[in-house]
Amino acid sequence: MRELTYVEAIREGLNQAMAADPRVFLIGEDVGVYGGAFGASAGLHQQYGAGRVVDTPISEAGIAGACVGAALTGMRPVGEIQFMDFITISMEQLVLQAAKIRYMFGGKATVPMVLRTPGGSGTGAAAQHSESLENWFVHIPGLKVVMPSTPYDAKGLLLAAIDDDNPVIFVEHKLLYKTKGPVPEEPYRLPLGQTDVKRVGKHLTVVATSIMVPRALQAAEQLAAEGIELEVVDPRTLSPLDEGPIVQSVIKTGRLMVVHEAHKNGGFGGEIVGRVAESEAFDYLEAPVKRLCGLDVPIPYNRTLEAAAVPQVADIVREARALVK
Amino acid sequence: MATRTKNTATANRQPRATASAVRTAAIPTEWGQTGAIERLRKMMVIRAFEEKAEELFSLGRVHGTMHLSIGQEASAVGAASALREGDYLLNTHRGHGHCLAWFGSEVQLMMAEFMGKETGYCRGRGGSMHIANVDANNLGANGIVAGGLPISVGVGLSIKQRGTDQVCLTVFGDGGANTGAFHEALNMASIWQLPVVYLCENNQYAMSMPMKKAFNIPRVADRALGYGIPGVTVDGNDIVAVYRAMQDAVARARAGEGPTLVESVTYRWRGHSKSDKQAYRTRDEVKEWQAQDPIRRFGRVLKLAEAEFDAHRAWADQRINEAVTFSEASAEPKIEQILEGIYA
Ligand SMILES: Cc1ncc(C[n+]2csc(CCOP(=O)(O)OP(=O)(O)O)c2C)c(N)n1
Ligand SMILES: [Mg+2]
Repeated sequence: MRELTYVEAIREGLNQAMAADPRVFLIGEDVGVYGGAFGASAGLHQQYGAGRVVDTPISEAGIAGACVGAALTGMRPVGEIQFMDFITISMEQLVLQAAKIRYMFGGKATVPMVLRTPGGSGTGAAAQHSESLENWFVHIPGLKVVMPSTPYDAKGLLLAAIDDDNPVIFVEHKLLYKTKGPVPEEPYRLPLGQTDVKRVGKHLTVVATSIMVPRALQAAEQLAAEGIELEVVDPRTLSPLDEGPIVQSVIKTGRLMVVHEAHKNGGFGGEIVGRVAESEAFDYLEAPVKRLCGLDVPIPYNRTLEAAAVPQVADIVREARALVK
Repeated sequence: MATRTKNTATANRQPRATASAVRTAAIPTEWGQTGAIERLRKMMVIRAFEEKAEELFSLGRVHGTMHLSIGQEASAVGAASALREGDYLLNTHRGHGHCLAWFGSEVQLMMAEFMGKETGYCRGRGGSMHIANVDANNLGANGIVAGGLPISVGVGLSIKQRGTDQVCLTVFGDGGANTGAFHEALNMASIWQLPVVYLCENNQYAMSMPMKKAFNIPRVADRALGYGIPGVTVDGNDIVAVYRAMQDAVARARAGEGPTLVESVTYRWRGHSKSDKQAYRTRDEVKEWQAQDPIRRFGRVLKLAEAEFDAHRAWADQRINEAVTFSEASAEPKIEQILEGIYA
């Protein structure tokens, strides 16, 4: 199959959604002639014009609110928040409006919007451009949270998110944009709320999100040479979470490690561990569970410190080995 | 030089300051030739710092991103000249210049921070977008557009409650003036008559967004009307003009007469950040503004011979090279100390 980068896959998804449905439009800072800070909408402005690829002033509350209002009145907006950090400015519209409107209105309204945003560290942009805030949204009923880890997942999940009648926070990762993988040319949808087993193994279940999926797969490759077989499980949609495959995997391996980039304290790892502890898999655990997460520190600028602040392949290898022993 | 926004609609019809409309003021007597040369050199140090930053980046010796202020040096140095030691600075992401222009700045500590070293102003934890010199009341650059604006309200309140005559200089870009934070901050500062000067460096673009498309008014300073404060537009490539406008604003603030919005019209010569193809503007436009080089212009005001001008620039380059040498010899932060300094 043809290979695309993650950002190309997103761009193709956006393009196909816009071509198929006049209700879909893009809105965000520098999404037009600049093509988006990371190039996700490159060329779409030329193709669809400024009416459907809408450049905004620096107004993150406004972007989120514009999505809510347009979605509420029959459009299917796809907003872009240039860095996930700036979504803090959009929070009121997302958490108090987008997430709640349908329920508060007795189920009579829909808010079919997608808000795309790149999270994560690794670019040297320091503490205010490196956040991983996905779990803030996982906490809110009414929002869906998607975090693709491959080009294939990115396109399929994006098209499904645009089709979805709910507000979806679509969290991309800056370091994944240039990663390559097979992507079908035609439009396809990967249902939201479907966990994917990325590698089958028997000794340890590694639940990883976003950039940590390729890192876990690399670790699995290394450990396979030692005879340790990791099962790498990617929830892909953090909310609503499809926990079945995770529970089944832990029943099989008897061990669980969760790996994510976001801070450990209050992070998504706690949710996974909680779900497993409440499930039938609890009786099968042969070792304490492990959360390997970002340190509870603002992302430092210095290159060495920055890398040390979040799990790397070597960390996954080391911790997995320790768990299996 | 400076255009004051009046409480009439006529302000809207005044032509926008352009590269061709600029004029140059005489040297302020309080500077004298020595003070003027000092300021010329300061602008040159900023230019040299930025050029070195660009070079280090292209050589892969620093990572991350940076926002160069080449072409905007007069705004930073002119503004800082109107304040005094003990005043506060809240800076922008494009803040290398203001930081260098601020009181007691040490260029080697700036460079060390930029290069992520333990000796840097923020121990290598902050980097280009977060350089602060807290000891000198430089409360830091900001990675968040307009992130410093609401903070300025608190600084202003604090100055008032402590009963000092300090002033807070708050710098942001044209893009920053379109955030909700801008509105909340200017309104609060106005109703409480806080000692803050809002310096909007209108460099014509917020990343790729031209000022013309992001505003339905010709001047950012026109916004001042809505807050009941004075708004002034000034040629930001004229260091003396910026200084004069800022002097008025600072005097008002210090006298307890409240905030002023000063719009400094300038231009960034480089791309927005490291990865910018600049598809949103023309080379001719850039050239037109480069002809208004604030450093050359001030050199002409000072009637410097070419050789003398070059000697000052060589002096600035020397400072920067020393700063790089210092930074290269400096230690990297230690991984064991990564968790230090999160809580007090
Ligand atoms: C709240 C927020 N939104 C978006 C960004 C990304 N961003 C950084 S600088 C910038 C443009 C800022 O334009 P302006 O305020 O005019 O300052 P300039 O860069 O021109 O100096 C943008 C969009 C950010 N850092 N913070
Ligand atoms: Mg600007």
